[in-house]
Amino acid sequence: MSTPGARLALALGGRLEPRPRAGQRGRGLIAQVAPPLVVGVALVALWQGYVALSGVHQGILPSPVEVARALVRDRGLLASAAGTTLSEILLGYAIAIVVGVGLAMVVSSSRLAERAIYPWLVGSQMIPIPVLAPVVVLWTGFDIRPKLIIVALVTFFPIAVNTIDGLRATDPELVGLLRTLGAGRRQVLRIARLPNALPYVFSGLRVAAAFAVLGAVFAEWVGSTNGLGVLILDYGNETATADVFAVVVVLAAIGIAMFAAVGVVERVVVPWWRVQD
Amino acid sequence: MKLAAAGLAKRFAGGVEAVADVSLELAEGEFVSVVGPSGCGKSTLLGMLAGLIEPSAGEVLLDGAAVAGGPLGRVGYMPQRDLLMEWRTTLANATVGLELAGVGRAAARERALAELPRFGLAGFEDRRPSALSGGMRQRVALLRTFLAGRDVLALDEPFGALDALTREAMREWLLGVWEADRKTILLVTHDVEEAVFLSDRVYVMSGRPGRVQSVLEVSLPRPRTLELTGSPAFAELKQRLLAPLREEARAALGACA
Repeated sequence: MSTPGARLALALGGRLEPRPRAGQRGRGLIAQVAPPLVVGVALVALWQGYVALSGVHQGILPSPVEVARALVRDRGLLASAAGTTLSEILLGYAIAIVVGVGLAMVVSSSRLAERAIYPWLVGSQMIPIPVLAPVVVLWTGFDIRPKLIIVALVTFFPIAVNTIDGLRATDPELVGLLRTLGAGRRQVLRIARLPNALPYVFSGLRVAAAFAVLGAVFAEWVGSTNGLGVLILDYGNETATADVFAVVVVLAAIGIAMFAAVGVVERVVVPWWRVQD
Repeated sequence: MKLAAAGLAKRFAGGVEAVADVSLELAEGEFVSVVGPSGCGKSTLLGMLAGLIEPSAGEVLLDGAAVAGGPLGRVGYMPQRDLLMEWRTTLANATVGLELAGVGRAAARERALAELPRFGLAGFEDRRPSALSGGMRQRVALLRTFLAGRDVLALDEPFGALDALTREAMREWLLGVWEADRKTILLVTHDVEEAVFLSDRVYVMSGRPGRVQSVLEVSLPRPRTLELTGSPAFAELKQRLLAPLREEARAALGACA
C-alpha cells in the first residue's frame, strides 16, 4: 500500500519493507570492518594532503591533525556537553518510541482510526521545525523540555510509519488461520501482528536514531546554555573551526553509536529476522 | 452428516462469481476430496466451510444443523501455505491452537511432544521454521491443525508446494494418521491421483463459477499404500475423473482465447 505518508517516510530514508539480512556469520569481524576503515583512512589522508598542499587557512578548513588536537584539548568541555546532549537525545528518543508505537497501534486498530489520524500524522511532519522550535521554547522555557519535544517530534514519525506498515503487513491468511483457531482481535495482535511488526519497528528506530542527533542540535541552537549544539555556536563565533569540527566528530560518534546500539538490540529481540535466508 | 454444504454460493463485492450452488456431504470419519481446475473457487468453498468467508447463499451444516454464528472456530482449517510464524519454534507454532483454547503452556507442550514422532518431527521441537524442509513445515502445519482438536478438518492443497516424491510420501503418511484418528477430512486439491488415493468420495468442480459437476465414489479397499496407485482399478478411477476435468481445462483455454 503506497500512502503519502509511506512515500514520505521512504523519501526521508525509512525502509518500508525490511528485508532479512544475508547470513553474515561466516564472515569475520575483520572482513566487515576493514573495507569501511580503508575508505575512512583514505579520505582523512586526502583531506590532510589537501590542507598541507593548498595552504588553506586553518580558520577555513583545519587539517585532521588540528581537529584531533582540538578533540584532546577540549575533552573536558566536550564530555560535559556530550552528556547534556546525549541525555536530550536518549530521553526524546524514548518518548518518540512510546508515542510512535502507541500511535501506530491506535491507527491500525480500525479503518476509522486510520482515516482520522493518519493524515494528521503526516501533517505533523509538514510543520518546519525551524518555525516550531522557537515557539516551543516560548511555551516551555530554556530547560530540557523543548529539546525533548523537538527530538521526539522529528523521531516519532519514522517509528510510527514503519510500525504501522509492519502491523499492516501481517499476512491476512495467517490472521484467518488464527481466527479459525478461535483467536479474537487482541489475540491476533499479540500472536501475529506485533511480532510481525518488530523488524519494521527496528527499521524505523534506525532512521530515527540519525534524526535524533539532528533534532537535539537544532533544539539547542534555538535556546540553550549547554550542550554540543551550543558548543558549535560558541566555537563558530570565535572562528575556532578545528574545535567546531571536533564537536561534529563527537556528534557523529553519538549518531553511529545509537545506530549500532539499535542493531545490537534488534539482533537480540528479533533473532528470527537474522536467521532467515 | 458430520459436515454438509447446502447450496453454497459466493459472489464477491467486485461482481466475480467464484462459487455457484455447491452442495456436498461428509459422514463422520469420511475422507472426501474436491478436485477442480485452478481458479474454480475451491479455496473460496473451503473458506466458507471454515467460516472465514460469508456465503452469498446457502449454508454450512455441522452435525446436520446450521451453526449460529457460522462455522468459524468449529472446523479445523489448513490453508495452502503453511503460514508458520518465523518467530515461533516448531513446538510453539504447533501449539498455537491449544494456547488460544486456554490450555496451559506445560500441558500444551506435553501434548505436542507426544505427537512429534508420529508427525516425523521428533527432535525438531525447538527449531525455527526456516530451519525445516518444505515437507516438515507442512507437517508442522498439519500438527497445528490436528492439535487444535476439531473433529472436522478442511485442508486446502496441503501438499501442493512439495516435490513429487515428498508429496507421495506425505499422502501415505496422512492416510496413516487419518486411519488412526478417524477425523472427518475434506481435502481440496487439483491433483486427481491424490484425490483418488486418499478419498472415499471425490467431488469434481467445474470452472468458474464453481459448481459440482460430478461425484465419484472411490471403493478401493483400505488401508491403502502407494503400491495401489499402479493397479488397473486405480488407473480406471483416475481416468474417469480426468476426462471431465480435461474438458473443463480446454473450455477454460478456449474462453481465454
